[in-house]
Amino acid sequence: MSTSAVLRRTALYESHKSLGGKIVDFHGWELPVQFESIIKEHEATRRRCGLFDVSHMGQVFVTGPGALAFLQKVNANDIARIGPGKAIYSHLPNERGGVVDDVIVSCLAQGRYLVVVNAATADKDFAWFQKHARGFDVALENKSDHFGMIAAQGPRAAEVTALIAPAAFSLPRFGALELELYGQPSFITRTGYTGEDGFEFIVPNEIVVRVWEDLLAQGRSLGAQPCGLGARDTLRLEAGYLLYGQDLDDNITTYEANYGWVVKLEKGDFIGKDALKKQRTEGILRKLTGVKLLERGVPRAGASVLVDGREAGKFCSATYSPSLQSGIGTGYLDRPDLAPGTKASVVLHGREIPAEIVKTPFYLSSNLKKGDL
Amino acid sequence: MLDPKKLKYLKSHEWLDMNGDAGTVGISDHAQKEITDVVFIEPPKVGRQVKQGEACCVVESVKAAFDIYAPVSGEIVAVNADAVKDPALVNTEAFGKGWLFKLKASSPGEASKLMDHAAYEEFLKAEAAHGSH
Repeated sequence: MSTSAVLRRTALYESHKSLGGKIVDFHGWELPVQFESIIKEHEATRRRCGLFDVSHMGQVFVTGPGALAFLQKVNANDIARIGPGKAIYSHLPNERGGVVDDVIVSCLAQGRYLVVVNAATADKDFAWFQKHARGFDVALENKSDHFGMIAAQGPRAAEVTALIAPAAFSLPRFGALELELYGQPSFITRTGYTGEDGFEFIVPNEIVVRVWEDLLAQGRSLGAQPCGLGARDTLRLEAGYLLYGQDLDDNITTYEANYGWVVKLEKGDFIGKDALKKQRTEGILRKLTGVKLLERGVPRAGASVLVDGREAGKFCSATYSPSLQSGIGTGYLDRPDLAPGTKASVVLHGREIPAEIVKTPFYLSSNLKKGDL
Repeated sequence: MLDPKKLKYLKSHEWLDMNGDAGTVGISDHAQKEITDVVFIEPPKVGRQVKQGEACCVVESVKAAFDIYAPVSGEIVAVNADAVKDPALVNTEAFGKGWLFKLKASSPGEASKLMDHAAYEEFLKAEAAHGSH
C-alpha cells in the first residue's frame, strides 16, 4: 500500500472524535484505537457490552441460481450447511491451500448470500470472486462503500441490540436477520470477533450514525460503551481468532493456522482442495501455536519463541491479556507436535522470559460454548 | 500530587522534580494518555549509576514498550514498588503516585538544560501540529 494513499474515514469518524476517540491509521482507515482505555473497554465487553465501529469491513452480495455452487467452489467450509437465516465462518483458499481471506457467509434466502470480508482484502476478494464466477449463474455485487457496520459485543449485547431491533433478540448464535432499520434495508447477524456473545449490524451509511448514537444513548444504562480497535485486538487474540494479514495470508494454509475444522474435504470440489488434502495426509511443518508468559512482560509481534533452547518461531500476534493478566501470543512454530504445558521461553528486550505452550482460545467466555467459534 | 508547573521535562516526556540533589522521575500526563494502559514497569536497579539521557527503565503499555531516560546523571536511590505492583498508577496519577524512580543527582545543574512547563507545553503543541492528527 502506498504511504501517500489518502486515509479513508467511516461514517462514524466525527462521532468518534466527539467522544474523545484516539484516531489511528488502521490499514488505510482512520479508526479509534481507544476512547478511554484499552483495558477498560476490554473489560466492559467481557462484562457488559462494547460497541465497535467495524465499518471498514466489506460486504459482497452473491445472488442467483448458481450462488450456492459458486460459494462452494471458493470456500473451504461447507456453505450447504447453512440455510436462510444462518451464517458460517469460512476461509477462501487459493490453489496452494493458502488463504485469500477469512470471511463470514450469511444465507439471506435461497440463492442470495452476503459475504463479509476484511477491509484490506475487499478489492482482492472481489477480483478473486469475479475470476472464479465464470460458468456460474451468479451475480456479484461489492457493496462495501454502501454499508457501515457496528458490532455490539458482550453478555448484555442481546439486550442492547434489542433496544433498537427487538427481532434480533431471539436470533441463535450465527443467526442472520434481514430487516428494516429506520426505514432502510439492513442486516443483523449474531456474530462477532471478541469471544463473547454479540451482534453485528450491517446498515446503509446513511443510518450508521443513528444506529451508533441510539445504541450508545439507549444502551448506556445497560453498560454499553464505545470501544476501539485496541480492545478489539486484545479480545480477539484471547478468543483465538485470526487477524488476516497478520496471522493468516496467501502463503499460510488453514491447517497450519490450526483452523482445520473449517476445511470440509468431504463436501465436493473446491479451490485448493487437492493441496489441502495432500497436506492433511502428509502433515504440517508449522502450526499456529498459543504461548503464555509465566512471568511479567508484554510480548509483541516479532518476538522469538524458544523451545528446547532454539528458536521455534516468532509471534505474529502478541499482547498483554487483560483477562489472564499475563502476556500471550501466537506464532507459527516449526514444532507442530508440542503439547500444551510444554516449557518455552520468549525473548523480550534481550532477555528470555519463561513461558509455556497453551491451548487456544486463551480465554473462553462462560456465555459461549466451545463450538460457537 | 505534584504541581506539573513546577517540574522539568524531557522531549521524551519524562518529568523531573528536583529538590537540591534529590530528583524524582515519572512520565507526563500527556505521555500516559499517548501510550495508553501501562501494564508493566521494569525499573532500574537501586544503586545503579546513570548518565543524563541514558535509558534506564522500561514502561510497557498494552500497545508498546517505552524506554525511560534519566533526566540527569546520578545514582538510582529508590524505585516505586507500588507502581511496579500496580502499573495503572502511571495512568491514573502520572504526576503523583505513578512516579517511577528517585535519583541522587551527581550534577544537579544538568536540570537547567531541561524544559520548564511552559516550554514543554509549547513543545507538545508543536508536536501535535507536526503530527497528522
